[in-house]
This record gives sequence, C-alpha cells and structure tokens, in this order.
Amino acid sequence: MIEFARNVRLWFAPQELRQEGGTPDYRFSLANERTFLAWLRTALALIGGGFAVDQFLPDLRWGWRVGLALALLAAGVLCSLRAVNHWIRCERAMRRGEDLPASRFPALLGLAVAVVAVAMVLVVLVGWEG
Amino acid sequence: MTGAVAAPDRDPGLQPERTRLAWRRTTLSSTGAALLAMKTTLHGGTSATAVTVCALCGALWLGFLLVAHRRIRALSATSSPSALTPRHATAGALLTVALAVCAAALVF
Repeated sequence: MIEFARNVRLWFAPQELRQEGGTPDYRFSLANERTFLAWLRTALALIGGGFAVDQFLPDLRWGWRVGLALALLAAGVLCSLRAVNHWIRCERAMRRGEDLPASRFPALLGLAVAVVAVAMVLVVLVGWEG
Repeated sequence: MTGAVAAPDRDPGLQPERTRLAWRRTTLSSTGAALLAMKTTLHGGTSATAVTVCALCGALWLGFLLVAHRRIRALSATSSPSALTPRHATAGALLTVALAVCAAALVF
C-alpha cells in the first residue's frame, strides 16, 4: 500500500521518472504504452458492460441489476487505476534495467469477470423461471 | 526501385503507427461507453440530475478525445517519438475513472 502511494506521486511527476536510470529504446516505451491502452480499453469495456447490464436486463429485480452493474463499474475503476500504476512500474523497471514487475491482477480480474458472468447466467435463468 | 524500400529512418516494425492506432481504438471504446451512457439517460426518464450527469459524460468523452489527439499528434510528428508522460497516462486513466463514477450515478 505504501508502495502504491509512492507510485501515485510518480503519476503526476514526469521529471522524477526521468531522473531514474537511462532512457530505454523508444520501441519498448511504445510497447508499454500500447499495453496501457489495452488495459484502458478493458476498463472502458467493463464500464460499457455495467451500462449494458442496467439496460438490457430490465426484468431483473432492482437490487440484482444495480449490484451487477456496480460490480462491473467497480472492476472498470480498478482496471484503469491499475493500468496507469502498472505502466509506471514497467516504465521505471525499463529505465533501471530491472525485470518487469509481476502481477496477480490479470488472474484476479479474470476470476471476478467469471464470477459476474456466472451470477448473470443464474440470475437470468431464475428470472425467466420466476 | 527505391520507392518500394522504406525510408531509412522509418521503424520497420511500425511501432509509432501501431501505438497511434491503439489510441484510436481506445477513443472508439470511450465513444461506445459514452453512447451507452446517453442511452441509459434517455431510457430512465430525463430528470435534471440525469441530464447533468449525461452532459458530464459527454465532457469526459471530449476530454479523452483531446488527450488522445495530442498524443496522436506527438506520435506522428517524428519517426522516433518520446515516451508517454506520466501526466498524460494519468489523465487518460482518471477520465476513465470519472466516466465509471458517472455511470454509477446514472445506474443507481
């Protein structure tokens, strides 16, 4: 958590990042940037999914509908914050010539999306029966 | 004959172009999210609060387009562009977070 707070300071301070190590090959930086953008698109897709649950499952009970939508939206928020944090960690590791940071976030996000998907299937099936 | 060979300063892997297109795809995703926000607003009765939040979503979308546009211009200006700045990346991520917060307000 302290590590995260230290990284958050770096988000707004480009000069501090530039002081670390040497500038890597621009192609590596661009690849890192594309990874960041891919995560941002994932976040936007999760936000779109939140809207879609709210819009396209109108027969659900209010609690379930809003709960599922808010779960997807929260995943979107986490995903975009983590995108910028991971980007900065990779950028710093490349400048210092260290290994790229490992992360358990993709596994956690995958599990969360699976849980939401199973919940949606169950809710839609039960909703149709009832 | 020389027309078929790429200019010597051009990256054969087309990294700047790929990054530019990645920004384009991301603006497309943000457009999709903004359109869904508009649909949700129109669907759920147009109260003053909902319209305000929807307008905010539109403003966030424009902000994201601006961020992407500036980066795309920087990417196409030179053949070996400088890296994305943290401020730029943070702006993109925070605009996405703000969109999610607006979405939560609309859905709730």
